Amino acid sequence: MAHHVNLERRRQAIYGWILLSPAAILLTTFAFYPSLATFWASLMSRGTRRKPPEFVGGRNYSDLFADPTFWVVVKNNLIYAGATIPISISIALAMALWANSKIPARGFVRTAYFTPTVLPMIAAANLWLFFYTPGLGVLDQIGSLFGLPSVNWLGQPETALWAIIIVTIWKEAGFFMIFYLAALQTIPEDLKEAADIEGASRWTYTRRIVLPLLMPTTLFIVVNALINSVKLIDHLFILTKGGPNDASKLILYYIWEMAFAFFDAPQAAAMTILVLAVLGIVAAIKFTYLDKRTHYQ
Amino acid sequence: MKALSQHIEAFGAMVLALVWISPLLFAFWAAFHTTSDAVNFNLSAAWTLDNFRTAWAGAPWLRYFLNTFLLVSVVLIGQFVITTLAGFAFAKVAFTGKDIVFILVLMQLFILPEVLIVENYAMVSRIGLFDTILGVGMPYMASAFGIFLMRQAFKSVPIELHEAARVEGCGWFGILLRVYVPLARPTYLAYALVSVSTHWNNFLWPLIVTNSPDTRPLTVGLSIFGAPENGVDISVISAATMMSVAPLLVAFLVFQRQFVQAFLRAGIK
Amino acid sequence: MTLMKRLAAGCAVATMLAAPAAAETELTMYYPIAVGGALTEVVNGIVAEFEAANPDIKVNAIYSGNYDDTRVRALSALASGEPAQLAVMFSIDAYDLIEQDIVMPFEEIEGADAAWLDSFYPALMANGRVEGKTWGIPFQRSTIVAYYNKDKFREAGLDPESPPKTWDDLVTMGKALTKDGTSGLMIPSTGYPYWMFQALAIQNGKELMSNDGLTTYFDDPAVIEALEFWRSLSTEHGIMPEGTVEWGTLRQAFLEGQTAMMWHSTGNLTAVKNAASFDFGVAELPANVRPGSPTGGGNFYVFKDTTDEERQAALKLIKFMTSPEQAAAWSIATGYMGVSPAAYETEALKAYTTEFPPALVARNQLENAVAEFSTFETARVREGLNNAIQAALTGTKTPAEALAEAQEAAVRLLRDYQ
Repeated sequence: MAHHVNLERRRQAIYGWILLSPAAILLTTFAFYPSLATFWASLMSRGTRRKPPEFVGGRNYSDLFADPTFWVVVKNNLIYAGATIPISISIALAMALWANSKIPARGFVRTAYFTPTVLPMIAAANLWLFFYTPGLGVLDQIGSLFGLPSVNWLGQPETALWAIIIVTIWKEAGFFMIFYLAALQTIPEDLKEAADIEGASRWTYTRRIVLPLLMPTTLFIVVNALINSVKLIDHLFILTKGGPNDASKLILYYIWEMAFAFFDAPQAAAMTILVLAVLGIVAAIKFTYLDKRTHYQ
Repeated sequence: MKALSQHIEAFGAMVLALVWISPLLFAFWAAFHTTSDAVNFNLSAAWTLDNFRTAWAGAPWLRYFLNTFLLVSVVLIGQFVITTLAGFAFAKVAFTGKDIVFILVLMQLFILPEVLIVENYAMVSRIGLFDTILGVGMPYMASAFGIFLMRQAFKSVPIELHEAARVEGCGWFGILLRVYVPLARPTYLAYALVSVSTHWNNFLWPLIVTNSPDTRPLTVGLSIFGAPENGVDISVISAATMMSVAPLLVAFLVFQRQFVQAFLRAGIK
Repeated sequence: MTLMKRLAAGCAVATMLAAPAAAETELTMYYPIAVGGALTEVVNGIVAEFEAANPDIKVNAIYSGNYDDTRVRALSALASGEPAQLAVMFSIDAYDLIEQDIVMPFEEIEGADAAWLDSFYPALMANGRVEGKTWGIPFQRSTIVAYYNKDKFREAGLDPESPPKTWDDLVTMGKALTKDGTSGLMIPSTGYPYWMFQALAIQNGKELMSNDGLTTYFDDPAVIEALEFWRSLSTEHGIMPEGTVEWGTLRQAFLEGQTAMMWHSTGNLTAVKNAASFDFGVAELPANVRPGSPTGGGNFYVFKDTTDEERQAALKLIKFMTSPEQAAAWSIATGYMGVSPAAYETEALKAYTTEFPPALVARNQLENAVAEFSTFETARVREGLNNAIQAALTGTKTPAEALAEAQEAAVRLLRDYQ
């Protein structure tokens, strides 16, 4: 009998690994190995016609920290994250509450909110380019109706990053709304009825009952929004290319530029490692701290 | 009082909806008008299809459409196979090391393929997949998100069904195919929708690994077509943009209910 | 058309005598487009003509975006073992391409004799000649020219036949032309700001870099003064919008009458001509200490990692595409310059320039033109300069500060090459 159990267990183990192997091979090839290779590359110098690559330890990192552009880009990305995360989540929440309540033309409203989600970021950037173009753009045309001067939204350091941020919010709020809608529909009707009987106002009900119940969803969305604030950069390619004077350049764009426009792979690798480290910290917080409270098993 | 606040809210919801949809509406309108009319907001101007003709002639759009279609299909098929197998292993097979491997898989949620562009580019070149559709799709096939979803879906399948199938003589693979996969259909549907819209829209990675019109997906083609260096012609770019978003947008508008329901039902929290 | 075909065939025969062709050589060529118009069709047309005349050579011409994109695409192809034998890339990428050891000098390709190399305008060869060898053959080459709206000149009471000749003219006329909703002048400051700035620096009597690509002069007083002048056009004189002016949408803005004058690549000429609903003129850039413009645009490069047959076929293609007849046709289709004096002697271009004299402006300007800004590590040095220009124009930094920083960064980047 014991022998049989043992055999069964071994069989299961073999099955398990066979089933896992395609995923394991691909994950190793395109996630784990490249991460290690990036780390190694970040410790090597760049080879040129005169000097072959050699091990330089932390020099790429110290060069990076000495590069003022790097700090500008870090600051931009912090602003980008700091603005897009709370704003898109608040808008998503408002959208979900509205799209879930009994308002006229609810179908249209819901569709309108969600539509940007299905558009490619590149297409979204094209659409917004014509809002922002000075003189010709929609924003300026509207502004001129009220006698406002023409604003060069994408061409000024004070506004370029915000123009980028608005497009991101526009793109992701509708996506986050879906998660809130899903969560709202799991809230039992009788809670609402009970609140009505108690004479609680809609606002009180929302604040005291709905928002706490949405907490796990919010945390999930925050993590997603955080990841998006690293990876949503496609529109930079169309709208500003990181300019003017790096005012709207974000980290991933700078990595791309470093690697594929300046051909400085070691510097790009050093930056990649720093980004991975930050993401790793986020992951650690999520798995150890948040998951205890959100229970998604 | 209550009625008033409800009206205000309905009004707010409507205004937000209009603001949200306006970039798309404007582009749609601009695509059908001459550039001059579009930038001057000449609302009474005549409609025209010229922009679509110009845009269509300006790039191999049909090829781009085909590439994108192939790309999302390849990715989706790969993801279905790989995440089904892995999700099943994590959900229903007991073996040592499972928990550690699962944590490793979850780690991948944070090791974004987008961040590893440099090394992944080197890897794809090394295995000879540079400038191929497979090369564009491969890094996304073993999706941790998908594995996680499948694991959740399979976990909720009652063990009795599994046992019943086994009694009837099904092997592991048969059970997976006949019991688990059909029961997880809503999950597959939701995942398919998410995956297709993600990869239809993906840009940075395809930009790096494609090098010719024969592999370039729509997004990359559109970005090259509309690059500001080309001297942006608002109406033509709008037409090109509308063309490239149309299939997904129409599909979304038609199957909207299923789209949203799929998200909700799959219980993505 | 038939004339062109006959000449094309003649040209092909001439090169075939120099080098017997291999059977079925396949060439992959990456090329950029940086100005408006459906230029891919034009290039495809030229390539199809070449293939018809040379059935043993197949050419895959791949349009790959702007200059930077094209360099990335071509180098990616090489790095991953995809075929690429030649490319049209930035004339100013020469130093970096040589440094990365991926292009070869034309002197080492059989059949590229000195007479042919000397048949192009010397000013257009400047960027491609490094360390005594020729690495790039001019193809889509330009200078900056001033486009101006003659109707607006008339409205402002200015003589539409005498555009500004000096910086002072530029300012006074600009002021007369500036109205509500119309700027006097727009000089683009995204995309290729260093290029426009180079023109101003040259006009102020100072070049931005040394001829060996190792030294930059960003913090020279004359250079700083040039940037101060550019900035003053919006802050002090109010004839240009504040902030940066977008390279890509500028043509549209000019066509919509949002600006009375614009500085732009001559490569836009045909697109402007086809779309303008008003009377417009084209002029050489104004002078301060001296007149001048940098050249710009793309050169043909041949990659090192190629077989003899491929090099011969590539050379044949390059000779075809830069032949006087093709250069003339290309110039008419785009506005780019005919790359050799012989191009301007062809019937086609003679007839065209008689009917449309602005097509000669860029060429006439060549006598005052200098090589486009290019150094080792050029992409990053250029990026530093671009940022300095944008910082100064947007008022984030003073011109002196911004240029001093760019100079410091350039010194740091170029240190390894000294």
